[in-house]
Amino acid sequence: MFDDFFTRALVAGIGIAIITGPLGCLVIWRRLSYFGDTLAHSALLGVTLAYAFSLNIAFSVFVISAVIALLLLNLQKRTRLAGDSLLGLLAHSTLAIGLVLIGFLSSIRFDIMGLLFGDILAVTVEDIALVWIGGFIILGILYFIWKSLFSATVNYDLASAEGMKPNIYNMIFTLLLAGVIALSIKMIGTLLITGLLIIPAAASRNITNNPKQMVLVAILIGILSVTIGLFTSLELNTSSGPSIIVIALILFIISLIPLELRGKLQK
Amino acid sequence: MSKNNLLVSLENAGIYKSPKWLIRGVSLEVKSGQIVTLIGPNGSGKTTTAKIVLNILEPDEGSLKRFTNKIAYVPQKINIDWTMPLRVVDFMRLTNNLSNNEIIESLNQTGVEKLFKEQIHGLSGGEFQRVLLARAIAKKPELLVLDEPVQGVDFNGEIDLYNIIKNISANLNCGILLVSHDLHFVMSATDHVVCLNGHICCSGKPSAVIKDKAYLELFGEHRSKTLTYYQHDHDHTHNSDGSVSS
Repeated sequence: MFDDFFTRALVAGIGIAIITGPLGCLVIWRRLSYFGDTLAHSALLGVTLAYAFSLNIAFSVFVISAVIALLLLNLQKRTRLAGDSLLGLLAHSTLAIGLVLIGFLSSIRFDIMGLLFGDILAVTVEDIALVWIGGFIILGILYFIWKSLFSATVNYDLASAEGMKPNIYNMIFTLLLAGVIALSIKMIGTLLITGLLIIPAAASRNITNNPKQMVLVAILIGILSVTIGLFTSLELNTSSGPSIIVIALILFIISLIPLELRGKLQK
Repeated sequence: MSKNNLLVSLENAGIYKSPKWLIRGVSLEVKSGQIVTLIGPNGSGKTTTAKIVLNILEPDEGSLKRFTNKIAYVPQKINIDWTMPLRVVDFMRLTNNLSNNEIIESLNQTGVEKLFKEQIHGLSGGEFQRVLLARAIAKKPELLVLDEPVQGVDFNGEIDLYNIIKNISANLNCGILLVSHDLHFVMSATDHVVCLNGHICCSGKPSAVIKDKAYLELFGEHRSKTLTYYQHDHDHTHNSDGSVSS
């Protein structure tokens, strides 16, 4: 069944969309979109290291992302620079280090375009297993910590006062985010993974009115984006990552229509 | 839980935020069935003190002992971004699982049961304050910390909410730590008053605090005199520390 590269890509992509739905909602609720971006930029360094020391790519990306996340928390304690400045510093310096290291690895054949934008041809059966097993673990953990994480997202002090231990769960959330980036890097590419986190969630917000609904609809929009995006990519011979994100954008634009109509009706 | 159990005790607490101590040497106790109020000017450390009691802030000196984990909190300010779609009913379930009936019952107590399915973003300041209080009551807490719970509520609403607060302390037998600007309510309906200005200026029963020199200096003799001191009917008497003697 997985002989066909396209089927493999579709199965892996749908798996990714199911994970990015709920995490994407949390990312936009917590205003962390630039944080996701930083982790994704640093992923290039992870991939480079994976090639240099022949490690598993997802594992290496996960470790680097987790280190970056912890570095950020540490820097926030040491300096009074605003969060976005620190994120910019980390994002671009890790991206630069990654690119410099690639220069040293000239002996290894390296598809940098595939890394930046995703490559459906590269998805193997092992990748599918990784996405679905990894995704199952990520969603399982998320399910268990949802109440604490969600209450801390609404109001940190309230959650903290009422015994939800937000600091621990915030840390776990950061690791989950690193995990989802590691899993989806091959499909979507480092430059666009934040798009798959944010755009379906944002589109979902336009047409839903409670948190649970928003998560479910975000998953649906993600699955639609991946499916239509991959078909388009096959037909038009375009990179898989950008095609998926363009479809997500189109769905976002469509999601604005009900808002507009409601606005007109109220006038 | 029987009456007069010690719920929380703060001893000599201080929080340092360079270059100064926000509060220092603050001690207080809350027992079940008791309303303890924190009063003081802006920046006197009322919210900071409440946050230490809630374990949100860790004191740099002094210690906190807590004897209950059933705690509910009404913070002074909550901003919920539009990005987060949230109905009143979702907000009510934020930190514990409640049935629809329990939720409606609590909302009913604060007079906002019709807002059940409304979006949080559409509420007025006063409505939101009532929802916040309802959420805290629904938890059936043993210790309730209220940070200016009636801000933005209209005049009649204020009286309603203060009555509800009095009832909670009586019906649920929970201890309440209240931050309030409403000296009338503080003096007429609470058991123990702590007057803060970075440190404890004075504390004790309302009848004692209102005559205290430090209190008069802080709130101005004129203002404090225009407030009629309302001696409330009690079916019990208080010890000097505000606890109820039977």
